[in-house]
Amino acid sequence: MLKLERVTKVYKVGVFGGRDLTAVRDVSFEVRPGEVVSLIGESGSGKTTIGKLVLRLASISGGAITLDGVDVATVGRRDLKDYYRKVQGVFQDPFSSYNPIFKADRVFAMVKDGYFPGVGVKEWRRRLDASLEAVRLDPGQVLHKYPHQLSGGQLQRLLIARALLLDIRLLVADEVISMLDASTRIDVLNLLADLKARGLGILFITHDLSLGNYVSDTTVILRRGAVVEMGPTDRVFGNPLHPYTKRLLASVPQLHRKWHEVEAEPHASDGNGGRPTPATVEEDHFVAWEERG
Amino acid sequence: MTVSDQEDLAAAAPAAPAVTPATVAGVRASREALYFARRNRKLVIGLGVVLLFLVVAIVGPLLTEHGPNEYVGPPAQRPSARFWFGTTMFGQDVFAQFTHGLRSTFLVGVLGGGLAAVIGMLIGFSAGYRGGLVDEVLNMVTNVVLVIPTLAVLLVIAAYLRVRGVVPEALFIGLFSWPWVARAIRAQTFSLRSREYVDLARLSGLSGPKIVLNEVAPNMSSYLFMTFILLFGGAVLIAATLDFIGLGPTEGISLGLMMNNAVLWSALPLGMWWWFVPPGLGITIIVGALYIMNVGLDEVFNPKLREM
Amino acid sequence: MSTVSLRVEHLRVWYRTLRGDVQALDDVTFTVADGEIMGLAGESGCGKSTLGKSLIRLDGRMRHIGGAVELDGKELPVWDSAKMNGFRFKEVSIIPQYAMSAMNPTRKVGRMVAELLESRGVGFDTVRDELRRRLDLVELPQEVLERHPIELSGGMKQRMVMVLSTLLNPSLLVADEVTSALDVSTQKAVAETLVGFRDRGFVKSMIVITHDVSLAYQIADSIMVMYAGKLAEKAPTDVLVGSPSHPYTQLLISSLPEVGVRYADRRLTGIPGKPPSLLNPPVGCRFRDRCPLAFDKCVEEPPFVEVERDHFVACWKAI
Repeated sequence: MLKLERVTKVYKVGVFGGRDLTAVRDVSFEVRPGEVVSLIGESGSGKTTIGKLVLRLASISGGAITLDGVDVATVGRRDLKDYYRKVQGVFQDPFSSYNPIFKADRVFAMVKDGYFPGVGVKEWRRRLDASLEAVRLDPGQVLHKYPHQLSGGQLQRLLIARALLLDIRLLVADEVISMLDASTRIDVLNLLADLKARGLGILFITHDLSLGNYVSDTTVILRRGAVVEMGPTDRVFGNPLHPYTKRLLASVPQLHRKWHEVEAEPHASDGNGGRPTPATVEEDHFVAWEERG
Repeated sequence: MTVSDQEDLAAAAPAAPAVTPATVAGVRASREALYFARRNRKLVIGLGVVLLFLVVAIVGPLLTEHGPNEYVGPPAQRPSARFWFGTTMFGQDVFAQFTHGLRSTFLVGVLGGGLAAVIGMLIGFSAGYRGGLVDEVLNMVTNVVLVIPTLAVLLVIAAYLRVRGVVPEALFIGLFSWPWVARAIRAQTFSLRSREYVDLARLSGLSGPKIVLNEVAPNMSSYLFMTFILLFGGAVLIAATLDFIGLGPTEGISLGLMMNNAVLWSALPLGMWWWFVPPGLGITIIVGALYIMNVGLDEVFNPKLREM
Repeated sequence: MSTVSLRVEHLRVWYRTLRGDVQALDDVTFTVADGEIMGLAGESGCGKSTLGKSLIRLDGRMRHIGGAVELDGKELPVWDSAKMNGFRFKEVSIIPQYAMSAMNPTRKVGRMVAELLESRGVGFDTVRDELRRRLDLVELPQEVLERHPIELSGGMKQRMVMVLSTLLNPSLLVADEVTSALDVSTQKAVAETLVGFRDRGFVKSMIVITHDVSLAYQIADSIMVMYAGKLAEKAPTDVLVGSPSHPYTQLLISSLPEVGVRYADRRLTGIPGKPPSLLNPPVGCRFRDRCPLAFDKCVEEPPFVEVERDHFVACWKAI
């Protein structure tokens, strides 16, 4: 459904834009309907940039992003609106995602004005209630309220409900629960996993491996803009092959297992530059190897 | 990382000003702003003074049957019951001149300040929202206008236009006093543009101008308001200065023109204080009141400045 | 039984706001032993940051309503900011939240350290050698002192702040969310550095404030869980994680996703509802509304009592 082929993004930085900063380098992967793909990486890995590229909030420098075969990057203004009918995003900070001077449900009104101007009041209310129910929110508790009157979890779920109003095919979830409390995180996470049953594809961007492991079918590990390891989740987590993946897994604080109990390769060199080429190790499981010399 | 555990504190605290990390509601903000506005002495007094002069400007000319430049009485008279502000060297009613002058002062302020505000906002929002090449070009334009010696341009214009009115003067002022506005709005727009609700608006299919209008500008409303007040005051002051040195309108009357005439016709050495003191004081008080109002407004909108 | 280093009794701290008093900390009593690293865990709004800051009295909006704090047998004047000045940095030290972003960007790091020491009446020369030793210990290059904060990475800044806070060997160190903004691999390094400080005797005891229970599990000897301004449970780490007694702790731990647990295999559940507002806290147990085990006795506030050795709980069901 969504396909990234050798996508690259280069930013011009420095005075007069002299230097180049490669945020995303040669990234390729796919998201199929009903599949959750996790993009896992630390800061500077390019995962948020990829999310922005898919959402057309930034433009790509090289490669191609296609949705059902149609190139996304060259889509014009009018077609962009159509694109947003199929692809939507939810971001990290629930309190920054809402304009603080307006009520929270204004986000629904914006969707109505933009995409459903002809729909009557009763019918719209019906659709809204259905969306809110799908995210397990009580309309009476969340409508006509200001953002600060609602909790982070409710705000994030409202944003997912907004996306569902558009009957989307792909949702880009960028660190959507990292700013929520532990007790509400799991509700939003379960919700995302449940949405898979509708045939929705989800691009789940996170730095937290336990979350990625919990909810995703396919995992892509990113480092400094390039794919380091990629494959079905249980294989990447169960049998990590790249030294960077192993190091990440060893550093995650886990309950019931202390760090010193986890085997870790003693400071294995995981490369410093060099252009990694993805090589298939077993079916569907890619690992990038450094080229030396 | 999780929202800090001073969330409770933030929810209970007074409203934050326009450009801050978003946690506060709009309606509560304006209601709280009104609460503090009524209690802020600088704002109330400043506003009161300006409104007083406005009333005089509107009502005053209706109290006199004759025009400001008509010769209606004996020349160089002190203030009396008939002529409240006395007469000029030529027997014109100073009070009539004063009230008509106030009218033109307010007109210049609104027109000139308004034009500068519009230009500054257009350029500031465009540069801040678009960035890139548009920003570079607009920056260059701003810098050029900033650097132009307005006095020299005015002298050239004055040499070519024999007849000048208040409206062209206001237009001229408006065309040259916007650069600082554009800069400030651009800076704030840059910061607001990267907020996630702007991204969300883009994902809802809204176009750039609509986003600026609906999402960005309302968050800066207090700042835009204060900008306009400063521009108004600035326009009044510039107009008075221009009139005083003779580059103002060639017809009609204004406070600056009054002072120009007074000096030209030796009111000072002759001790005709009633001719130049009212207009001078008038300008000073109005502009001063406007600036004090602005300081008060800043305190109202920015909770950190309030003395709680 | 090791000696008690920090003793807190019936501490109450409120915040004064336009809408009334936020009762951020209500009747908090606990002890920390010599050499103990206590993890202080809880969700946003529970009061853990407030507790940390009230021990050093650094926030001007706080009002000390009642209670006493004793460190190494001496009373800490936590109600008086000026009197606390003599204790700050030397006996009690804090690494505040966002510390690494709070370094003066226009000062070289070394100069900032010198100024800080001067303000405490300690000559820079007297600690220079010790400072160098510690920089080596945390694997920071010596020339970090000649750099500006913007030239350092997040992990480096955090380690610098940690060295700075412990330079005068305080008895008690409060670390407020020191790993939250860091990458996973840096988190591990920073957390292990904290433990290293305790092991080498730079600090006697430590309170590590975090929202991440798994992180506390890794480095703390005991964990104290707070909810809505009150203490819920305190126990040695393995006990708290392995067999928690308070329903909140139980629900919290069972809602944490772990590597190895997948949605398809075992679905985790969260805790429905929101914590109560502290402007007007409810009577009785504050977790009552969200607790699956609540019964009629819960309208009466449960005391924080020791149910077994070093294991304290505030719940009628556990007592």
